[in-house]
Order: sequence, then C-alpha cells, then structure tokens
Amino acid sequence: MRKGPVIVVAVVAVLFIISLISRMSGVPEGTSTFESLASAFWVTFAAFLTLAVMSFLYKDNPFYKFAEHLYVGVSAAYWMCLGFWTTLVGNLFPRVSETLSNWFEVPYAGFHPHYLIPPALGIILLMRLSPKGGWISRWALAFIVGTTAGLNLPRFLRSDFISQISSTFMPLFVQWQGFGHFFSNLSLSASGQLVGMLSNLVIFVGVFCGIIYFYFSKEHKGAFGVGSRFGIWILMVTFGASFGYTVMGRISLLVGRLTFLLDDWLGLIQ
Amino acid sequence: MTNIGSIISIVGVLIGLLIILIYSLKGRDIDRRVIFLFIFLSVAFAILFNIEFKESPTPIVRAVFDKIENMPPGSRVLLSFDYDPAMKPEVGPMANSFVRHCMAKGHKLYLMTLWATGHALMIESIEEVLKPEFPDAVYGTDYTSLSFKAGGVGVLNVIVTDFQKMYPTDDNNTELSELPIFEGVKSATNMDLILPIGGGFPGPKEWILFIGDPGNVPVAPGLAAVVAPQIYPYYPKQAIGLLGGVKGAAEYESELRQRYPQFQDSEATALKMMGPQTMAHIVVMAFIIIGNISYFRSRRKNIDA
Repeated sequence: MRKGPVIVVAVVAVLFIISLISRMSGVPEGTSTFESLASAFWVTFAAFLTLAVMSFLYKDNPFYKFAEHLYVGVSAAYWMCLGFWTTLVGNLFPRVSETLSNWFEVPYAGFHPHYLIPPALGIILLMRLSPKGGWISRWALAFIVGTTAGLNLPRFLRSDFISQISSTFMPLFVQWQGFGHFFSNLSLSASGQLVGMLSNLVIFVGVFCGIIYFYFSKEHKGAFGVGSRFGIWILMVTFGASFGYTVMGRISLLVGRLTFLLDDWLGLIQ
Repeated sequence: MTNIGSIISIVGVLIGLLIILIYSLKGRDIDRRVIFLFIFLSVAFAILFNIEFKESPTPIVRAVFDKIENMPPGSRVLLSFDYDPAMKPEVGPMANSFVRHCMAKGHKLYLMTLWATGHALMIESIEEVLKPEFPDAVYGTDYTSLSFKAGGVGVLNVIVTDFQKMYPTDDNNTELSELPIFEGVKSATNMDLILPIGGGFPGPKEWILFIGDPGNVPVAPGLAAVVAPQIYPYYPKQAIGLLGGVKGAAEYESELRQRYPQFQDSEATALKMMGPQTMAHIVVMAFIIIGNISYFRSRRKNIDA
C-alpha cells in the first residue's frame, strides 16, 4: 500500500480528534455527544475537502480529483433540485394543474394554456439526447438564442452604448467660477474641484487615446502615434487595476478558507 | 497580543523574503510553491494574530452609505444575493452591512436571489443577522424573502413590469398580495434603491441593464473584486456608488460602526480580513520587486557576457 494516502488519512484523523475536543469544550449545554460528534465529523469533512482542493497547488493528485468530482456532482444536483422546486413547482404547476398544485401544496393560480409552451420546448431540448431525433432540439435552441438576443440587444444598446457615450461627455472645467475661486479653494480632496477636473481630463484623454489605438485605418506615427502609444499606457493601467482587483479577490477567498480552517475547524482563533 | 503578533508576522515574512532575494540574486530559480507557501503563511499569521487596520470610506463607497442614510424611513430597498459560497468571504460582509444599515434606518427590505446558491446564503443572513439583531422586525411588514427563480435575466425582464408574474408566492408560499410590504408595489421599478450583490452572471451589471436604466431606479452594487473594474464605468450615472471587493466592504463596515455605535460589537468580517489582505499584498509586491531585480541582474550579466 502507498504511504501517501495513509499519511493523509492519519493526519485528517488526528485533526478530527482535535476538532472534536475543541467542539466538546465549547458546546452549549444540552448538546448531546452524538451531535458534537456529527458536527465535528462534518466540519472535518469540509476541512478535508478544502485541503484536498488546495493540494492542487503542490501537484495534481487523487484527493484533488475526488474533491473536484464531488463538487461538480453536488452542484449539479443542487441546481437541479432548486430549479425543480422553484421553476416547475413554483411557477409552472400552479398555472397548468390544480391537482399538481394541491399535491405540492402551492396556491393554484388558474389554467393558463400558454404556460405549456416552455415545458414543451424543454422536452424538445432533451431530444438532443436521442441519436435520430437530435435535430429537433435545434428549434428550442433557436428560440433560446433568438429571445436572448432580442432581450439583450435593446438593453445593451441603451446602457452599454448610448449611456456610456453620454457618460464620457464631461465638463473639463468642473464648477468653474473663475481663476480667483479656483485658486482660493485649491484642495487635493477627492471631492474637490481640482481632482474633479483632473479626473474628467484623464477620462477624456484616456478614452480618446484608447480609441486612437484601436483605429487601424491610419498608420500609427507622428502625433497619431503618440496618441496611440498613450492609449496603450491607458490600457495597461486598466489591465493592471483589473489584475490588482483579481489578486484581492483571490486572497479574500484564501482568507475565507483559512479562517474556516483555523477558527471553525481547529478553534485556534479567540 | 495584536502588536506582538504583527511584529512576529512581519519580521518572519521579511526574513523569508530576504532569504529568497539572496537566493534569486545568486541566479537560482525559485519554485512557484515557495510563493504559495509564503502567501499561505502571511495570511495565516495575520488571521491567527488578528492583525487589523483602520479604514475610512472613499467617495464611491460613501455615496452608497449616504444614499441609504438619507432616504426617509420606510423606503423600499431590494437586496439581491447573486453569489455562491465561493464568493461569500468577500461579498457576504457587504450583504450583512446592508441588512444592518437598512433595518437600523427602518427601510423595508425585499430580499431575493438570481442564483440558486444564493438562496441558502440569503436565509443565513436573515437567521444570523436580521433576526437576532432586529428582533422587533416583522416578516411581511418590515422585510420579506423571495425565493430563487431560474431564468437569469429573464426574471429581471419580468419583474421590471410585474413581480407577481414571476413570484406568485414568497419563500413561505404566501401570496405576495397578502403581504403588507407589497402594498403599492407592482414591479421592481417601485423600489427606491436596488442593492445587487455578486460578481457573476446574472449579477450587478444585469441589474443596471435590465432594471436600473429602463426603470430609472438607483442601483448601488456590491461587487466581487474580479468584476469591480468592469462596473466602475457605470459610476456615477448608472450606479450611484459601489463597493469593490473586501476593501469596499471594510470601508462600509467602518463607516457603519462609526455612525451607529450599536454595531460596535457586531461581527466586522471585512475589517478583520483587511489585515491578512494587506500582509498578502505586501508579499506579492515583494515578490514582484524580487523578480524584477533578478530579471535585470540576469539581463546585465548576459549583456556583459
């Protein structure tokens, strides 16, 4: 037998006992031994899965694969169950069948025949599993693609196109009341006039130069080339900010998991 | 303990980094697992020694706080939990802060989720924050929870015109028309503020696109860090303010604690997370600097050769 898995199981068992002791010492009165044992078992199992996922950083291994497969399976089952109870039981049955509504104890909302169309399309979509009737599923897919495009187009056009262009039209001289007012109220505050003006200027120049960089019908040289190069810098700063935020997000997840391991599992944090 | 812990952590990490710097200056490769180990240790030390830093809200976070603060009591606030347990460490504290702030101001809270995984987290917020901290809050009058509905943006597209078409009942199978909180509420456009929390699809962006803009409803998203840069362009016209990652959540918690002394003893998860965050960021920056020193040194060596 290989030593690796035995060592891992032994370590997890020892930590399970530590977790159990930590739980037994801090349990509220009235908690039975079985409840403490069950609680310690589940938290140890969760901790084992956390460590199994993290072990991928060392190298690919069977523990990681086990955790990965379990996660995918449980997620799929969870989504499916919740989808059934909220979509079919919550929305469909109360509108197509009084018997089913009573069976699932949801208020009947009256028969609406057009609510039979979505389940019909759902069944058509499942025809993809049939070797000969797979082509029928394309009708449902076409409906999904068409409605999604139809719903999204006006929203994106309004919010991501027109409103975003409008948001770029900013006054370069924010609340301008003359040089006297400007210099007498000079401040580096984020809500101040100077910072407001600089901020709007950066957005205007940044957008303008960014557009220049993506304009390929003219050779990027001379003043146009300078604008293009500045556009690259703006893009780099944007990607840098995105990367910084991504790092922060990933570290947050690590903090969350380590807090779980050190506090919820081992009870090391006071 | 905190000060001693901070000193031990910082000194330990600095010594380690110094050793790596010397190691890399000698031209030897550093295994990527050493970097992982350093990040792991720096975060673990900061958690164990409870290292904390002070935070103050930036204008973009303060805008959200001031909006909730300045709305008259009884205003309708829709809070959407569009995230999963993986995203919870960074956006969960935002949700709890919003619940605390809205309930303290006496606003009506409408809780919902577009993610199947968000439903359990929504219930967790109700059970662990709303009910214990606001025992007088009445379900159906002061707050309500709508269950998850599959359909993504389709759900938004329906509730922008009619809530009851998508939600015949609430989480407890009670018809919406029977709940006092829904008196005068037909659609999401009747809300005074929408607080979508999350970072995936559908998420805060879709709330702006499908409800905020067409319904002219103020939206103030709480965002997972990875998507925050994508939503910044919507500020200030399409999103009145936003909370980006755990930093935004910590700034909000800090402001909430300062303005509402009754929350001094409430759990400030995001503020606690900023210590490990800072330590990890210092290590990442140190590795970037070490990497660059090593790169320029090896380049000079190659030129000289």
